Amino acid sequence: MATFTLPKNSTIGKGQTYKAPPGARDVRTFKIYRWDPDSGENPRTDTYELDLKDTGPMVLDALIKIKNEVDSTLTFRRSCREGICGSCAMTIDGLNTLACLKPIEDVKGDVRITPLPHMPVMKDLVPDLSQIYAQLRDIEPWLKADTPPPPDEERRQSKEERAKLDGLWECILCFCCSTSCPSYWWNGDRYLGPAVLLQAYRWIADSRDEYTGARLDNLEDPFRLYRCHTIMNCTRACPKGLNPAEAIGKIKTLMVERQG
Amino acid sequence: MSYPPDPRQAAFAGRRTDGTAIQRPLSPHLQAYNMLEMSSGMSIAHRATGIAWSAGMVFLVWWLVALASGPSAFAQVQWFLSSFLGLLMLFGLTVVAWFKTLAGVRHLVWDAGYGYSLPVMVRSGQAVLIGTAVLTMLTWVLALMVWR
Repeated sequence: MATFTLPKNSTIGKGQTYKAPPGARDVRTFKIYRWDPDSGENPRTDTYELDLKDTGPMVLDALIKIKNEVDSTLTFRRSCREGICGSCAMTIDGLNTLACLKPIEDVKGDVRITPLPHMPVMKDLVPDLSQIYAQLRDIEPWLKADTPPPPDEERRQSKEERAKLDGLWECILCFCCSTSCPSYWWNGDRYLGPAVLLQAYRWIADSRDEYTGARLDNLEDPFRLYRCHTIMNCTRACPKGLNPAEAIGKIKTLMVERQG
Repeated sequence: MSYPPDPRQAAFAGRRTDGTAIQRPLSPHLQAYNMLEMSSGMSIAHRATGIAWSAGMVFLVWWLVALASGPSAFAQVQWFLSSFLGLLMLFGLTVVAWFKTLAGVRHLVWDAGYGYSLPVMVRSGQAVLIGTAVLTMLTWVLALMVWR
């Protein structure tokens, strides 16, 4: 059931302001969601003013600068800084994306940063992804085949068969899409969400996989698959330019086709 | 901390550095996310027009019941529907009907497997909005011509 408001312990209060250093030439304001489990207080929004003249171009550069030079308690996930690890997924300026791929200059006005939406917060910008990982495990994202591979050889695919996986294998599991989906917000305990369904389709579409029927059986459910209402927030959010909505649409088409 | 009554609450059971239990907050969703994109905005409008249409149908039923119960009852409904408020409501229902129809066709096309790319999604959304405006105007021009 959808609850549009935040629970009592999750409403966001006013936080501290960290002024720009004197003599700053190009000041930009970053409003960042903070929650510290040790304080026992509600989340708050802290305001950081940075001089863009000596900050890197991306939002992640700003976050690292804040952590290094202004406030070392700021907590966030990051690793590769080039859009391949998926760690720094967060809501920036009202849309989910990777902080390392989001240029600061693309944001008009203050840069608002919050954790991925409608998730349990562990600290600051770090959400707990346990549930979504469990859902990914549930669709068994690996090759399943009863036929043994040819001796001393890999399983062969034609170029056309391989091409069907383009736009699917590139997913880095940052979960920008799933956490941008209102259906996943309201029914995330039962609906699998766009990221996991795209992974499911990646194995359904794989010519080497022999469990297509079983995979479809596992998804045929009013909630697991059919909570997708083609809102398209997932495709809008994907920082890799993939199309989870289309993958889900293809699963739905296969469901209809196999009923004959 | 008491045991969470709802299993969905389990993910919200956290620990402080000293090991004591704490309830984790839920990250902001509607409060932080831009819901006026062509994607989510159109979806919300599709839901809202569905609700408005259901409510509007009450007036159609009222109109039909009055028609069945006699000239004086029917005259009452006609008086209300041709008042400013009534006309405003009918105009609103026309907008709602056209939007719901066109957005419904957009969904049918998606369900048939087409139109998922981001630029097409934006253009089809714009087409629904423009189509709603044009068809509403056309409906009312025709209706007023017949009414005269």
